[in-house]
Amino acid sequence: MSVRALVLALCLLPCAALAQGFAGLGTDADGFAVPQPNPRFDFPADHGPHPDYRIEWWYLTANLTGPDGAIYGVQWTLFRSALAPHSEEGWGDPQIWFAHAAVTTPEDHFVAERLARGGIGQAGVTVQPFAAWIDDWQMAGARFDQMRLTASGPAFRYDLALSAQGPLVFHGEGGYSVKSAKGQASYYYSQPFFAVDGVLSLPQGDVPVTGAAWLDREWSSQPLAEDQTGWDWFSLSFEAGTKLMGFRLRQEDGSHFTSATWIEPDGVTTAFPDGAFQATPLEQTQVAGRTVPIRWRVELPEKGVDVTVGAVNPQSWMDVSLPYWEGPVLITGSHRGRGYLEMTGYE
Amino acid sequence: MTGAALAALWSHWARNPLQLFTLIAGLALATALWSGVQAINAEARASYDAAAATLGEGRFDQLLPRVGETIPQERYIALRRAGWQVSPVLEGRLATPDGSIRLLGLDPMTSPGGLSPVALGGEDMDLVSFLSDGIIFADAVTAAQIASVVDLEVIVDPSVAPGLALTDIGVAQRLLDRGGVLTRLILAQVQPKGLVPLTELAPDLMRRVAQEGSDLGRLTDSFHLNLTAFGFLSFAVGIFIVHGAIGLAFEQRRTMVRTLRALGLPLRRLVWLMVAELAVFALLAGTLGVVLGYLIAAMLLPDVAATLRGLYGADVAGSIRLRPGWWLSGYAIALGGTAMAAAGALWQIARMPLLASARPRAWVMARGAGAARSGALAAGLLLGAGALALWGSGMVMGFALLACLLTGAALALPLLLRIVLGICQARARGVVAHWFWADTRQQLPGMSLALMALLLAIAANIGVSTMVSSFRLTFVGFLDQRLAPELFVGVEDAREAAALEAFLEGRAREVLPVLSVETRMAGLPADLYGARIGMTYRENWRFLASDGPVWDRVAAGEAVIVNEQLARRSGLWVGGELAVAPDVILPVIGIVADYGNPIGQAVISEALFQRLFPDIIATRFGLRTDDADRLRTALTSEFGMSEAVMIDQKDIKAFSLEVFERTFTVTGALNVLTLAVAGFAILMSLLTLAAIRLPQLAPVWALGLTRATLGRLELLRAVVLALLTAVLALPLGLALAWVLLTIVNVEAFGWRLPMYLFPLDYARLGLFALMAAVMAALWPARRLARTAPGELLKVFANER
Repeated sequence: MSVRALVLALCLLPCAALAQGFAGLGTDADGFAVPQPNPRFDFPADHGPHPDYRIEWWYLTANLTGPDGAIYGVQWTLFRSALAPHSEEGWGDPQIWFAHAAVTTPEDHFVAERLARGGIGQAGVTVQPFAAWIDDWQMAGARFDQMRLTASGPAFRYDLALSAQGPLVFHGEGGYSVKSAKGQASYYYSQPFFAVDGVLSLPQGDVPVTGAAWLDREWSSQPLAEDQTGWDWFSLSFEAGTKLMGFRLRQEDGSHFTSATWIEPDGVTTAFPDGAFQATPLEQTQVAGRTVPIRWRVELPEKGVDVTVGAVNPQSWMDVSLPYWEGPVLITGSHRGRGYLEMTGYE
Repeated sequence: MTGAALAALWSHWARNPLQLFTLIAGLALATALWSGVQAINAEARASYDAAAATLGEGRFDQLLPRVGETIPQERYIALRRAGWQVSPVLEGRLATPDGSIRLLGLDPMTSPGGLSPVALGGEDMDLVSFLSDGIIFADAVTAAQIASVVDLEVIVDPSVAPGLALTDIGVAQRLLDRGGVLTRLILAQVQPKGLVPLTELAPDLMRRVAQEGSDLGRLTDSFHLNLTAFGFLSFAVGIFIVHGAIGLAFEQRRTMVRTLRALGLPLRRLVWLMVAELAVFALLAGTLGVVLGYLIAAMLLPDVAATLRGLYGADVAGSIRLRPGWWLSGYAIALGGTAMAAAGALWQIARMPLLASARPRAWVMARGAGAARSGALAAGLLLGAGALALWGSGMVMGFALLACLLTGAALALPLLLRIVLGICQARARGVVAHWFWADTRQQLPGMSLALMALLLAIAANIGVSTMVSSFRLTFVGFLDQRLAPELFVGVEDAREAAALEAFLEGRAREVLPVLSVETRMAGLPADLYGARIGMTYRENWRFLASDGPVWDRVAAGEAVIVNEQLARRSGLWVGGELAVAPDVILPVIGIVADYGNPIGQAVISEALFQRLFPDIIATRFGLRTDDADRLRTALTSEFGMSEAVMIDQKDIKAFSLEVFERTFTVTGALNVLTLAVAGFAILMSLLTLAAIRLPQLAPVWALGLTRATLGRLELLRAVVLALLTAVLALPLGLALAWVLLTIVNVEAFGWRLPMYLFPLDYARLGLFALMAAVMAALWPARRLARTAPGELLKVFANER
């Protein structure tokens, strides 16, 4: 196990201590804050980091199209992971930052990873003006709804302009997103209405692209219950302008905990509790020595959704310290459209 | 039918468990020796790698500040924000009561793979503590030193170079009281696409390019090659045992083969069944061998847990998983060895006429009958070896020569022993002595395989001891010669060089600029050096060949010294003439050994060099001093030199020697093991022969020799045979060492290792061999001495 994988394992994996709402104090055994129901968000401050929570991310996925109609997927994620619930200047800062960037085409999947320690300026997030960065990778703008996004790896780089076409949307109960029957939860909101315009630099040359992006903001101290082995997360944008976020947390006994948010074109949301949203693997393939589902049946009967979601590139494997599958998908069936799929915990 | 045939084949082993044991044990030991040697090679390599990594002379490009300056942490952040994958390093001296140590601070989040301490990769390693509380890694000695001055957890990690302590960059800044300061940056090998060049972003930082393998690495490659040859030899010893066991078993099963065939079992199926049977044995023995090899390595190597990680792929601390490739190579060698040993026996079975009669002693007799044929073969092989040594070229030839030499010598052994025993018999006085020699001769065919194994074992040990010891002498001498200056420092330009020389006035005993230019000499690419000739050169350089007062002539600009590579490749020797520049032709006055250097070198005086190449300025200096630590401190604190441009030769030398000493110790232990294997072969032969020999001993007993006397004579016989074998092994071992040092090494690396002789070592080896033989013969002799008279009488009653 490499040092980096160890860091991530230490930081990312759920801890054994179940402390959700323990004695109503709202902190877990290590002193980290724990999400509470009925949150009151404070923007723009809440676009910034919450060092007293164990983990947090700024997670952007984009479905893009080139001038010749070729489709592309782009991912940009900045993670914050705290070894202790505070932050300070200098190398002693317990905040660890890491980031993943990827460009996916039907044939290729380019991935890069960055790691940094907080407190020295190599990585961080500020809110006024907004900037989230690690090394030269950056998502920044005067306001949260007008930003420029850059990242680079040995074989790619991209430079994209993001412009929000709709409001922020809040998942679960007003942004309090329950993750298990035992009550694990996170704070979770999104900006799913970004219009994108920019350039991808790939080995075969520069490609001007346009499309749509979806930004997730989530933080928590304990996102998964100890008996949960991984998750399958879908962000689907239908041609009619409606959107669906749904995830399925896999439990050791083979059962699932699901949750979904239906988003109208004007940003009005409907949250669905465990069981309403269903995702069933239809086809599996070998990816990086693992068996991973790459075609799914996704159902939300209350909204008449019964679609097939298939990977644009089945080999969209994020070969990073803690590897997972993440890539663009195409939607057919009752609704048509494009989206992103993330699958973790496949060994 | 197949089942019945298998049961019949197996019944032989069930009746002769000792034979089965010999077969499996021999093969397993052979594989184990092979695996053990591989493990030691890998251990040594891992140590060099660790040394290379922690000594910083490494695989990564680095960015250094100008002399006297440091890199502010903001510069590091700025380079990261510009996309450059650099990792910060702070290096400094930490004072302790027992002298200062080097403290190296790294950032594990950004440092390229392999630069962190080995122990940090362990699963139970608390990285959170490393990052926040501070943990220090050092070898045992240094760890004890640090513990006295620093109140942090110190973890002993033998892979860290002596005198060095590794810790987190933040901790290093705190301990050295240099917050916000870095001394250099490591550049990752792969950088993102489309970055602004470093020459624009950081024109003030000097990029030091990664070194492609050090001189030390090339020197040790030669050592590894020789050790690998030793591994093969050990394996060959084992294969002789297996060959003997298989040959005997097949011979004894001739009746069974005949019966099975008469019962209708097709020959082809029978042969395949036997092949399958052997394959199963080989797999079983291979498994045992790999495990045994691992145990050998584990017993012999002090810090096996750390270094076996690479070899066996142990990724969980405390539990070692053997790497698949490792298993495969173990099986391949076991299967290959069995095939080699069994091919002849199988061929005979396949050709045996259906109605051939069973001949229980045929195997032994056949060996005798074939003596003349093997003698001819041996002569042919030895002649071939001679021809190869004289006219052959290339690495393959070197190994072919080794194979011819060893096989030829092994085949010639019974013949030579017969002749010697014949002479002894002719000179023997008294009937018992006469009988003793005659009986020894008569036993020779049955013992010959075991004796061949002993011959090869002793020869391999003599060869390898000679090689290793010669290597050590040469290596230590070479280190003294080339690493004589206690400190090496580098500067950037002429101004700094001048300032440094002025600063060192009175502070260093001798300042030796490294002046060199890449040029062509005698039509070959070569480096020309300008030497400031003083005590260091005069006292430390040893010449392979020289003529007259070498350094005086060179200092006067009248002669040139060339290295062995240049001399051999251009056919130049002392007395020849070399054009060091277009119009400067100098006589060659000395040839110097230059181990580990791939290209030619010539040395002239500093004055002549400066006249020929006025533009070339020395930027590296070797410093002679009695107190390297103090000079070092003065250079950093008063002259403002970065630690990164200073190399402490003492550390490198001590570390290299320590690594070699460890390897030498292990080689010694392997010597004993090979001899033990040969002893085992003797034991098995004697036990096998004991049963067959009863009819020959019974008459002697009946004529009046007591059983005790017979037993003592049996023991004496083993000693005589072993002694004769050891005497014959000496020239073979020396020939082996000679081939390894002067042929294989020259073919592989272009330079010859001088061969030194170590008579005491050989005497000790001979003693070990005798001890092995005595121990092997003890039990059979005792058994003979205690044979019930009834058993001996039965011989005459024909009731055996």
